[in-house]
Amino acid sequence: MHKIIALISGGLFGIGLYISQMTNTRKVQGWLDIFGDWDPTLTFVMGGAIIPMFFAWKIINKREKTFTGCAIPPRISREINQPLIIGSVLFGVGWGLAGLCPGPAIASLSFGESNGVIFLIAMISGMFFISKVLKI
Amino acid sequence: MPIDWINGLIGGIMIGTAAAMYLLMSGKVMGASGILGGIIDRTHKKPGNENLIFISGLILFPAFFNFLGVLSSSVTAETYLSGNFILVIIAGLLVGSGTRLAGGCTSGHGVCGISRLSVRGILATLIYILFGILTVVIFKYFTGLN
Repeated sequence: MHKIIALISGGLFGIGLYISQMTNTRKVQGWLDIFGDWDPTLTFVMGGAIIPMFFAWKIINKREKTFTGCAIPPRISREINQPLIIGSVLFGVGWGLAGLCPGPAIASLSFGESNGVIFLIAMISGMFFISKVLKI
Repeated sequence: MPIDWINGLIGGIMIGTAAAMYLLMSGKVMGASGILGGIIDRTHKKPGNENLIFISGLILFPAFFNFLGVLSSSVTAETYLSGNFILVIIAGLLVGSGTRLAGGCTSGHGVCGISRLSVRGILATLIYILFGILTVVIFKYFTGLN
């Protein structure tokens, strides 16, 4: 059951990223380029994605278990710490340089582009470095 | 172009629906970096953890969709990712280490965090957007690319 949900959620996520063109680095960099020929598409993607999730959180917060009887996510953390800030700065710079974030980077493997694979290997290496070498 | 905005909105609602389904059924926050990170940490070996299947869907469904060729001409299967290997590697390392440190990316902190009115999610999103903008603007200024 949960395997099917994971497959459909991942698949729907991927098709959504594709249709919204978040797999296209020009659309992402065009949105970040606020002083240039600004492309507002990402605003619509973010807005569209937040709406169903806003209601999903409202529903789940009133329940003790999910609809299939699973535990619900732990309570919201309010802790603002250094890793959150430094990590977001690093991510922002990398996002601006390439125009890819983790979701679209994985989804764009669908298109079989070789430098997309290089990006993904570098991204996984970065994750590995933090969690296995620095053990943060 | 307005057609791009409509595609963006439709795609965005699909992303949000995927995240809502993952939360309401499996009780998990749909964050791409966290799901991939879970595989690196080998937590996917634990029972009830479907990270690998999620990633498979994320790769296979767009490929199948692309194969069907049902999309309008305004949707391209091209990433237009830079051909500069050094830049691609540096960007990849930054995105991987940054999202791991911050504990989330555009889907986890952005979509799932903002919709939950999470202070951490909102702050992270503001920071990575600000530094994304700065990077694009500075990079464009120095390279003269448009």
